[in-house]
Amino acid sequence: MAIVGVLLAVAVGLVVFTVMAFLRSSPPTVDFTAGHQAGAPVDLTLQTVGSIGFGPHPSWVSYLTLNPEGQWVHTTLWDLPANTRINVTVDQYDGGSPLRNQQYGQVQGTVGGEATLNGKSFQVINANAGNGVAHTFAIPTLGISVPLYANNGSSNLCAAAPCTFKSPHNIVKFSFMTPGPGQYPWQCFLPCGLGYLYGNGGPMQTVGYMDGFLKVVA
Amino acid sequence: MALDTTAVEQTGAPSPSSVPVRRRPGWLGPNVGRALVGAVAGYAFGHWIGNVIASGYTNVAGSGQNDVAIALGLSIGVVGWLAGAGMLDYPLAKLVGREPLPPAPSKSWTRYFGPALDHKVIGLQYTIVVLLFFFTGGLMAMAIRTELLNPTNHVFGPGTYIALVSEHGTIMMMMASSIVIGPLGNWLVPLMIGSRRMAFPRVESFSLWIFAAGYLVILSALPLGGFPTGWTGYAPLQTQATGGMDSYLVGFAVIGIGMICAGFNLLATIINYRAPGMTWGRVPIFVWSVLATAALLTLATPTLVAAGLFGILDRTAQTAFFVNEHGGSSYLWQNLFWFFGHPEVYIMALPGFGIVAEIFPVFTRKPLFGYRIAAAGMIGVSLLSFFVWQHHLFDSGINPDMRPLFMLTTELISIPTGFIFLNTMGTLWKAKIRYEVPMLFALAMGFNFLLGGISGVFLSDVPVDVTVHGSFFVLAHFHYTIMGGIVFAFFGGLYYWLPKMTGKTMDRRLGKWHFWMMFIFFNLTFFPLFLVGLLGQPRRVFEYAHNLQALNDFSSVSAFFLGASFLIFVANFVWSMFIDPKPAPANPWNSLGLEWQTPSPVPPYNFTRIPVVLADPYHYGEIDASPVADLGPRTLAMAGAVPPDGPRGIGSDSVAGEEGSADPRPPIA
Amino acid sequence: MSEGGETHHFRRLIAIWVVLAVALDLAFYFALGPHIPPGAMTSSASGAQFDFNILFLIALPVVLAVWVYWAYALIVWRGSRAGAPEPEGGPKARGHFGIQVAWIVTTTVIVLGVFVFGTVELIVPAGAGGGEGQSPIWTPTSHDVLPVQVIAQQWQFIYRYPTFGGFESRQLMLPLDTTIAFHVTSLDVIHDFWAYQLGIKADANPSTDNVAYTTTQQLGSVTVRCDELCGLWHGAMYNFGRVVAKSQFFAWAQATEHQNAANTKLLPPFAYTYVPDANGANGGYYPDNVDQYSKVETYGAKNPDN
Repeated sequence: MAIVGVLLAVAVGLVVFTVMAFLRSSPPTVDFTAGHQAGAPVDLTLQTVGSIGFGPHPSWVSYLTLNPEGQWVHTTLWDLPANTRINVTVDQYDGGSPLRNQQYGQVQGTVGGEATLNGKSFQVINANAGNGVAHTFAIPTLGISVPLYANNGSSNLCAAAPCTFKSPHNIVKFSFMTPGPGQYPWQCFLPCGLGYLYGNGGPMQTVGYMDGFLKVVA
Repeated sequence: MALDTTAVEQTGAPSPSSVPVRRRPGWLGPNVGRALVGAVAGYAFGHWIGNVIASGYTNVAGSGQNDVAIALGLSIGVVGWLAGAGMLDYPLAKLVGREPLPPAPSKSWTRYFGPALDHKVIGLQYTIVVLLFFFTGGLMAMAIRTELLNPTNHVFGPGTYIALVSEHGTIMMMMASSIVIGPLGNWLVPLMIGSRRMAFPRVESFSLWIFAAGYLVILSALPLGGFPTGWTGYAPLQTQATGGMDSYLVGFAVIGIGMICAGFNLLATIINYRAPGMTWGRVPIFVWSVLATAALLTLATPTLVAAGLFGILDRTAQTAFFVNEHGGSSYLWQNLFWFFGHPEVYIMALPGFGIVAEIFPVFTRKPLFGYRIAAAGMIGVSLLSFFVWQHHLFDSGINPDMRPLFMLTTELISIPTGFIFLNTMGTLWKAKIRYEVPMLFALAMGFNFLLGGISGVFLSDVPVDVTVHGSFFVLAHFHYTIMGGIVFAFFGGLYYWLPKMTGKTMDRRLGKWHFWMMFIFFNLTFFPLFLVGLLGQPRRVFEYAHNLQALNDFSSVSAFFLGASFLIFVANFVWSMFIDPKPAPANPWNSLGLEWQTPSPVPPYNFTRIPVVLADPYHYGEIDASPVADLGPRTLAMAGAVPPDGPRGIGSDSVAGEEGSADPRPPIA
Repeated sequence: MSEGGETHHFRRLIAIWVVLAVALDLAFYFALGPHIPPGAMTSSASGAQFDFNILFLIALPVVLAVWVYWAYALIVWRGSRAGAPEPEGGPKARGHFGIQVAWIVTTTVIVLGVFVFGTVELIVPAGAGGGEGQSPIWTPTSHDVLPVQVIAQQWQFIYRYPTFGGFESRQLMLPLDTTIAFHVTSLDVIHDFWAYQLGIKADANPSTDNVAYTTTQQLGSVTVRCDELCGLWHGAMYNFGRVVAKSQFFAWAQATEHQNAANTKLLPPFAYTYVPDANGANGGYYPDNVDQYSKVETYGAKNPDN
C-alpha cells in the first residue's frame, strides 16, 4: 500500500513540475536603470524584423532591443526609470501593409506630438499609400502610438535577426516621458501574425515578440 | 434478461473460460504504463502524419505552427492510450472473430492500474483520477490568486496568466462534470439498486480510461503554449490561438465521449438492473440524481463534441464555421457551447443534491422529507436545463425578444432547484442531528448553494446582468454553486462512503479540521468576490483597479488557506488508506441504505443473492417498518460483519429480529 | 408530539424571521441602497441599481428564512443534547402535502413576480443598457440620439463619432442629458464594451453591430473595461471617459474633429460594421481577401440639439 502512496506522490510531483516549468519561462528584462542619473534621458533602440530566424518560432515577426552594452537581445521587457524622457529609435526592417484601423496612422502621445522618419518629421502616415506601415509602437494606457513606415515589400528584406543596416530599413525616432512607477503594457497594433486568423495571433499575442512591458521603477 | 438471480460461489467470477488462457506477465499486460507508451507512440505517429499532410499549407508555413499535426497527434495519442490500457482488446477480438480474453482475475492492488470489469474497482480508479485532476486545477488556482495579489506588479506574464486561468477553468470543469458520477456514481449505483454489475462494464472502464486521457490531453496544452480563451473557448479567438488550443478542443471532445458513455451506461443500469421489488418509488434519492444527471450527460454532451469538431476543422482545414466574413458566425460557437454548457452545470449540481439527500436522513435519524418532490425536482431541473442557455448571451447581441423568454426559463428553473432546501429543512424538523464529518459537509453544501443559487437569480435578471455579466460576481456565483455545492458534497460523500468502498476509516479529527478550514476559508475567499465584481472588476484580467486591491488580497490570502485545507485531506487520505489503515465496520453510520447491507470491503459479486427489495431506505424512526430488502440466506462472511446494534433491514429468511438486526432504539416502556 | 409543540417551534421561527428580515431589509435599503453599483450616472445605471435593490430586498428574507430555520434546527435539535428523544418516522415525517404545496406556490409566485419586474425594467428603459443586437426593438423615445460607434480591436477601444465627421478618438466624451446610442462592433475577435458607470454592456462581434442605449443624467468619470476575454492584453484593455456638459462636449468634439482632420480623410467612410480582412494584414489565414469595407447605410444619425 505504501507503494501506491509513493506512486501517487510521484504522479503529483510530475504534474507540479510540468506546471511550474511552464510558469517560469519568460524573456529576459533589459535594465536601463542601472547607473542612470536622475534627469538624464535614456536612449532606447529597438529593431523590428520580419522573421526572427531563431528560437522556437523562427518565422515570427519580432521586436528586438539593444541593451546598454550594445548587444541585440530578443526581448520586449525593459526596466526604465520613472519621470524620465525616453528617446526611442526604431530600426525598421520589415515590409508593410495597410493598417487594420487607420487611427493608428497618427502619431500620438509623444513629446511634441510628432516623430521623425529618416530624419523628417511626420504626424500622420497614410497606410494605404506607399509601402504601407510595418508595425506600430503603442502604449495604450499612456496614450502613446507611433506608426513605423514599411520598407518596399519586393526588396530583399532582412529575414533573420539581428539585422544590420545592410538590409533595407527605415529609422523612426520619437520621445516620450515615463510616468510614475508601475508596469505598462505595450503592443503593436498592426496585425502581422502571419497564418493566424485576423492576424493577431502568434507573435502578436506573445510577450517577447510584438508585445512587452515597460517596467517603470522609481 | 438483465438480472442475474443465480447464487454465486464465494470465490469466483461467474463464467470461467474452459480454454487454457495464455496471458502476458502483469507488467506487459494492459495497464497504465502500457497506456502511456501507447499514448506517446500514438502522438508521435499522428504528429508525423500531420506534418506529411499539412506542412505545405500557407498558414502553417506562415505561422510555423501545424495544428493538423497537433490535433492528429493528440487524437491518435488518445487511441494509443486506450489501446495500451486494453480498451481495444474486446472489440478487436470480436471484429476478427476470436473469443476475447476475460481479464485476469486478480485480488492484488495491481488490479487498480489496469482495465477492470468490476464497477467497484473502476469507481476507486475514478476517485484517484478525479482527485489528481482536482489538485492540479487547485494548484493553478493558487497561482491565479498569487497573480491577483497586486493590480499592477505582475508575478507571471500576461500570456502565462491567461493560460493558467484557462487551464484552471477547463481542468476544474472537466473534472467536476465527473466528480460524483465517476467515483461515486459508478461505485454506488449497482449496490444501491441491488445489482451485481453495471449494464456495460467495458464501457464503464472505457469511460474511465478516456477520462484519464482527457486529463493528459488538457495538460498537454501547457507545453504547447497554453490557450488564451478561458474554459469557454469563444471563437474567433479560439481560431486565432496558438497550439495549446488544439489540446483544449481535442480534450473536450475526448472527455465528452467519456461523459456520453458514462451517461448512457448509468441510464441503462438504473432502468434495467434494479433488483426485484425496487419500484421507482423505492429507488434511493442518490440514484434519482444520477438518473437525472445521466440523461443530461447523454443528451447534452454530443453538442460539445460537435462544437469541438467544428473548432478543430476551423483551425486545421480552414473551414469557416465561426468566422463571420466567410459565412460563419461568431455566435455559433457561443450557442453550441452554452447549449451544452448549461446542462453541464446541472450535471455538476444534481449529484451534489443526491449526496446531500442521502446523507441527511442517516445523520438526522429521520426519513427524507418529500422524497417524491426531491425526485421530481431533479427530473425537472434536468428537463428545464435545456431551455435556459441563452442567459449566458444576454449582452451578446442576440435577438432582443429572446431575453425575456430566457429570463423566464432561468427564473423558473430556480423552483425545482429550491426543492433540495425543502427536503433538507423538512428532514431537520425535530430530528436528532449527529455532527459527523459527512453531515458537516452536507450542511455546508446547503449553506453555500443557497448563496450561489440566490446570486443566480440576480444574474438571471437582465438589467442587473448588464452590470454583473462577465465580472467577478459571476465568478463568485459559480464557485459558490459548483465548488460550494458539488465539491463539498463530493467530500462529504467520500467521508461517508469510503469506509464501505475501501473497508478502512478516515480519521475523524483530521476530517473535522479539513471541514472547518475548507468551509471557513472557502467563504472568506469567494464572498468578497461578489463585491469585487459589483465594483467593476471583469473576469480573467491580470490588471485591475487599485481600490480593489484590499478585497483581492483578502480573497487571495484566504484562498491560500483554502488550498492548505486540502493538504489535511490528502494527509488523512494517504495515512488512513495506505499507511496506517484501520478496518471499518460494515455499517459505521447505521444507515438503512442497501449498499451498507454488505460486508466491508464488498465482495466482487456484491450480493450472495440478488436482494428482493421491500421498502425504500428512509424508514428511520418507524417502529414497525419493513426491512429494506430480503437478502436471502446469510453466508458466514456476512454474519460477523454486522455490528450488534445494526439497523433494520438485514433480513435472513425471516423478516426481523435475528442476531445482528436488533432495533437500535430503546424499547418503549 | 403534540400539536402545541409544533406550533410553538413554528411561531418562534416566524417571529425571529420577521424581525430580522424587516430590520435588515430596511437597513439595506436606506443605508446601502443608494450606493449600490453602478450608481446613477445614466438611466440604465440607475435602473440597474434599482433592480438590484429590489431583488436584494426580496432575496434577503428568502435567505434569512433558510438561515434562521437551519440555525434554529441545528441548535435545538442537535443530537448531543441531554435527553434527546428518538425522532419519529412515519408518513408525517416523510412528507406533508400542505407544506409542500405552500412551498411550491410561494417560490413560484416570487419567481414569476421577479420575472415580470425584470421584464418591465428591461423594456421600459430602452433595453436597460444591454446590447440588443443589430435590430433593437426597445428604442429610446427621444429623437435626439447621439450615435457613438465603439470599435473594439485587440486590445484597445476606439470611439467614432459619425455626426462629427466620423473622426476616431481614444477618448470617450459624452454630453449630459442626452440619449446615446452605442454601436459596438469589433475588428477581430469578440470583445465586450463595459462602460461601468454608464450601465452599458454590449459584446463586440466582428461584422456585427450591437446597439445599446442609455441617457446620461449626471456628470462624472466613466471607466470602460473589456469584459470578454480577447487574448493577451484583455486585462489591460481599459480606458476612461467623461460625461461633460453639452457645451463642453461640443467644444471637444469640434476641436478633435479639426485636429484629426488629416487622418480622418484617410479613414474608411463610416459604416456600422467593418470587414476585418480588408485594410490590414489578415494573417493570410484564408487565401482570399475582401477588398473593401462594407458599406451599410447609416440610419437615424442626426445632430443632437444644441
